Amino acid sequence: MTARTSNLSLAILPMLALAACDKASQAAPTGTSASASTPALEVALRGEENAVLTAPPKVPPPITRKHPTRVVVKLEVREKLMPIAEGVEYTFWTFGGTVPGSFIRVREGDQVEFHLSNHPDSKMPHNIDLHAVTGPGGGAAASFTAPGHTSQFSFAALNPGLYVYHCATAPVGMHIANGMYGLILVEPKEGLPRVDREYYVMQGDFYTGGSYGQTGIQGFSMEKAVREEPDYVVFNGSVGALNGDKALTANVGETVRLFVGNGGPNLISSFHVIGEIFDLVYDEGGGIANTNVQTTLVPAGGSSMAQFKVDVPGTFILVDHSIFRAFNKGALGMLKVDGPASTLVYSGKQDDRVYQPEGGAIQSVSVAKTTPLPANLSKEERMGHGARVYAQVCMACHQQDGKGIPAAFPPLAKSDYLMADTRRSIDVVLKGLQGPVTVNGTAFNSVMPALALSDDDVANTLTYVRNSWGNAGDMVTSADVAAARGGN
Amino acid sequence: MTHSAWNSTSTLVCAMLIGGAIGCGRRHATVQSKPPATASPSEPSVSTPLVSVPALTYRPPSPGPNDQKTVTLAPFQLEAHAVTNAQYLDFVGAEPAWQRQRVRAVFADAGYLQHWPGDLEIATSDRDLPVVNVSWFSARAYAAWRGRRLPTQAEWEAVAAVGLLALDGSTELGTMKRILDWYSRPGGAPLQAVRSTPPNCLGVYDLHGLVWEWVEDFNSALLTDDSRGGGSKDNSLFCGSGALGAANPSDYATFMRQAFRSGLRARYTVRNLGFRCAADLVRTH
Repeated sequence: MTARTSNLSLAILPMLALAACDKASQAAPTGTSASASTPALEVALRGEENAVLTAPPKVPPPITRKHPTRVVVKLEVREKLMPIAEGVEYTFWTFGGTVPGSFIRVREGDQVEFHLSNHPDSKMPHNIDLHAVTGPGGGAAASFTAPGHTSQFSFAALNPGLYVYHCATAPVGMHIANGMYGLILVEPKEGLPRVDREYYVMQGDFYTGGSYGQTGIQGFSMEKAVREEPDYVVFNGSVGALNGDKALTANVGETVRLFVGNGGPNLISSFHVIGEIFDLVYDEGGGIANTNVQTTLVPAGGSSMAQFKVDVPGTFILVDHSIFRAFNKGALGMLKVDGPASTLVYSGKQDDRVYQPEGGAIQSVSVAKTTPLPANLSKEERMGHGARVYAQVCMACHQQDGKGIPAAFPPLAKSDYLMADTRRSIDVVLKGLQGPVTVNGTAFNSVMPALALSDDDVANTLTYVRNSWGNAGDMVTSADVAAARGGN
Repeated sequence: MTHSAWNSTSTLVCAMLIGGAIGCGRRHATVQSKPPATASPSEPSVSTPLVSVPALTYRPPSPGPNDQKTVTLAPFQLEAHAVTNAQYLDFVGAEPAWQRQRVRAVFADAGYLQHWPGDLEIATSDRDLPVVNVSWFSARAYAAWRGRRLPTQAEWEAVAAVGLLALDGSTELGTMKRILDWYSRPGGAPLQAVRSTPPNCLGVYDLHGLVWEWVEDFNSALLTDDSRGGGSKDNSLFCGSGALGAANPSDYATFMRQAFRSGLRARYTVRNLGFRCAADLVRTH
């Protein structure tokens, strides 16, 4: 008993500290809670109330009373056929008719009077092992219930935290694999820091006779379950349970708390919300919060409390970042945030350009090295060399006749853009060009890669194009190119 | 146990006992046991034909350290199908203490025969359906009235492990899946009549796929005391510890039956729980 007491006070302290961070006024003196013990809990019990149970993704309201009470929880087990995906039915075994089961919320120190009813139509006996229970089996033996019967047992909610509950009837894996799990929150005495939205999200892996998406009624595949190769990995019991109209919602500026559970039976979740950073994560549903977390591990049979402020509007995707599960097995949910955009926090798309992998946005085309030519080449000699380079490098786009391709590649023949500025034409060859240009009165918006040509080749090629197809220009020298390359 | 101990009316071929893997023909060894002690109210139903069961080997699912891993059972007889509503109606007609209004609460809970329209009345469409919503006490009383008894868990499980084609059903592909498929269909669907699933190679019907069935020692798996009281249950079949000591952790069907049985108390009644009777073999010499 002493060990339990000290354990209790240890668990409370970090919670208190956190509450103090957020709402200083709520922080109770830590000295008093440390003296709590089971007899004290019993003495302090006042009144009785029925627990508010909610179906996912809803969470019962925060507990505002400041004293422990007797909380009566009535939970019914039902075995029922429900969709696990579009057109795919599965026989779920449920706590409260949903997967995951009803969310239970009690306060640290409460005496919980638990009534587990097994619907008369059930084929199986069931029970409940609440990880919030201190006692052998977590209530499993005491709650073992034949179809058409109700079991009752009680426990003291000694340790605050977010706990998984599940059926523990043999073969336990099958009961869990059929959806028999949920979450119970034991709120610390001081309450949790106030937030604007609370949601209940629980992951589970499912093993069906047919493969993912195979329609019809699918039975449980024991083989796949034993091999730990699920067909479905989903949030809240089915593919799309948190998508579209059923997405979680919030408004810009609000703080969201996700009570995240993982029923398993097999997989550990790498829980992540795409585009958000968790400001606070109570790792594994315990009393210590980590800050600025991108992805939090949620063990099978474990939980996590993730809290974050939503600063910008949009749809944020909840995933198991073991990402094939998200892409191919259903582990996707949505949080839709409404409100004014904040371009400082997130700009949205500012630009869209063609990406060509070599050399950033502008591609660099390398050409075989050539030996340096004498500096004093004539215009005709340069045009001769330039024609060869043009044929190798430029002609594919600008065409043999220099007329380019309408709407794609601007003409060089009789080109006002080319002829207007010698230095600009050198830069275009050296550095590439992208974005809108107007050539001979026609707009183009395309990309020319940067060409990794030697100074000689650039000079020769430009001399060639500036003096071909009706163009009449001067000679471009290697020195001009070197000067441009040097940025002068 | 030698073959000579068998009732000569048993037409089951004893040769199948020599070497377990021999297939068996579908022969219905019908052995008439004692006639009903009392006349039935109307349109008397007959007692169910008994099938002779050879000396089968039974593997306890969770043997204790001092228990044998396999047990060879004495040959016995088992009813070919579960007791029907019509048959049970005869019984309560003859034994008024087991009528719905009269049964003592200590022997059956409030759900006893709740699907019957009256104390001595059943829906015509229910005649051939297995009787459900019966307690262990009432099932035993019926069996005694027939001059029979409930099968033991070992007997029931051993016959349930018999295949459609061979005594050893474990080698039949899809057997486990077929059984699990039934368990994983939701309850609440209308029950089927007895003999609506294929018989095993001994000629016993519906051990899988129709209803759960009471056995004499239903509480032997987990319960350690009188099952009327607050039985202290062995936790070893809960959660992961269920696999500790299991002879075959992959035998989910057996796990589920054990779990089901251990969730019961003797006065409980369940919508999909019925029973069938067994009988000892009558020595002719």
